[in-house]
Amino acid sequence: MERVSKMSQEQGVLHAGLDNLAAGPQASVIGRIINFINKTMVITELEVRKLRHDPTELLTRAAQPALWMLVFGEVFTRVRAIPTGNLSYIDFMAPGILAQSVLFVAIFYGIGIIWERDLGIIHKFLASPTPRSALVLGKALSAGVRALSQAVIIYLLALLLNVKLSWAPLSLLGIAVAVILGAALFSTFSLIVACIVKTRERFMGIGQVLTMPLFFASNAIYPISIMPDWLKVVAHINPLTYEVDALRAMMLVGGTSVYGIPFDFAALVFSSVILVIIGAKLYPTVAR
Amino acid sequence: MSKVVLEAKNLTKKFGDFTAVDSISFAVQAGEVFGVVGPNGAGKTTTIKMFTTLLPPSIGKALIAGFDVVKQASKVRRIIGYVPQLLSADGSLSGYENLLVFAKLYDIPAKEREKRISDSLHFMGLADSADKLVRSYSGGMIRRLEIAQAVIHRPRILFLDEPTVGLDPVARETVWKYVGVLAGDGTTVVMTTHYMEEAEAMCDRVAILNHGKIAALGSPSELKTSIGDDDANLNKVFEFYAGNKLESVENGESFKDVSRTRRTARRLG
Repeated sequence: MERVSKMSQEQGVLHAGLDNLAAGPQASVIGRIINFINKTMVITELEVRKLRHDPTELLTRAAQPALWMLVFGEVFTRVRAIPTGNLSYIDFMAPGILAQSVLFVAIFYGIGIIWERDLGIIHKFLASPTPRSALVLGKALSAGVRALSQAVIIYLLALLLNVKLSWAPLSLLGIAVAVILGAALFSTFSLIVACIVKTRERFMGIGQVLTMPLFFASNAIYPISIMPDWLKVVAHINPLTYEVDALRAMMLVGGTSVYGIPFDFAALVFSSVILVIIGAKLYPTVAR
Repeated sequence: MSKVVLEAKNLTKKFGDFTAVDSISFAVQAGEVFGVVGPNGAGKTTTIKMFTTLLPPSIGKALIAGFDVVKQASKVRRIIGYVPQLLSADGSLSGYENLLVFAKLYDIPAKEREKRISDSLHFMGLADSADKLVRSYSGGMIRRLEIAQAVIHRPRILFLDEPTVGLDPVARETVWKYVGVLAGDGTTVVMTTHYMEEAEAMCDRVAILNHGKIAALGSPSELKTSIGDDDANLNKVFEFYAGNKLESVENGESFKDVSRTRRTARRLG
């Protein structure tokens, strides 16, 4: 193959401005924050584009919450075994099932991370100047987009089952934010697990083991007041509890919050930030 | 006037007790095509991963344009492009979208972006398939797309890790051609390969890596002369310096290497 070596040609030009190029756009603190937000949005956009190419996943995911509401919900509404205050059981349960499907969408997110690691996609992103926290948060927010589509499906189911839904615009907005936050939180948790275990087989095992206590040691399908004391402690550490509490207060006519909606959101934001920071530290290790 | 753009100083990487890269030192000049050759398990990919900021060195330094890959990682990342050995284009996006994402991540201004992407697609011969999902691409097309992704920001140094593994001879020659054009435009290229004919066809200089150490370094013709046989091919040179044939890699090749190579080959197939 014929190739002209240009080793001596225009090297001055080549290297003029190298420092400039290497500096990038994030010189000031504000510049860095803008850069972080921009890059986070690029990663989220990428995931949304994938969803647009293949939206069937969203529909197949609807089966599980539908079964919970139709089978479990209908039976326990008749049994009246669970004290739900002024709410009917199906009303009580609907926000819990929304939180559950958010959890399920998010908790197996790590599988995708391991898949991309095995392919080599992650390597290329990590070799780019993208802030690591933006890579992690971008993925987390895209889990939020998936979770929002679940919320729409659950609202439809709830409508069919005569759940007393609140349609106040502020409540709907609050629900959307809580759903995105919850998905971001649990998908980042999943990413952290993936970074630690690194193989699909181990991840599947751990994913199953984590999902059950996260769901059942929460207020999703029964109030915490009926739990034994030791489990109450676990439920109060579990972020899903605050997610459900916020959803229950905003989603239903006559819904109330046990901990206060501001506290619920504060708990979700705080856990998410901590997890994203840990995730950003661990994420580069998947490529090693 | 030539200038060093990449430098390894006693660069070492240990994984537990195993030393994958063992105190290597070399420098690459601007505009060179530099090959790192050796069998699987010789430490080629580990070396590349250190230079691309993915893996921190255990001992020693790796410098890109004078920037330390650990302390000034974000500066290094702006001026390098990287095509990993594994398949790194996203199959569930179109070719255009794969380029768009990286154009945005590398801060190519919005007004320049579309033109840059369309130029890249044309240059790599992918314009007709721009809107098809990458999972429908052939192995050669995917590699070309990956190279386009890696150079969308016009990096000063392009790292190619086994760029033609798993490709058929025609696709392989096409990749060589495109890399040759990039190098002709002044991009410094650092590539690993275990195909000697590839190193001979493309590289100005070659470092022979064996068990994590540099066994020999020089231009292909210098290396041939150094073993006293100007007509030798690089396989012979390798045999001379490494003491074993490239094909017999039972010492270095792990299950992981084999399964990776095969998996990549299958996906590209």
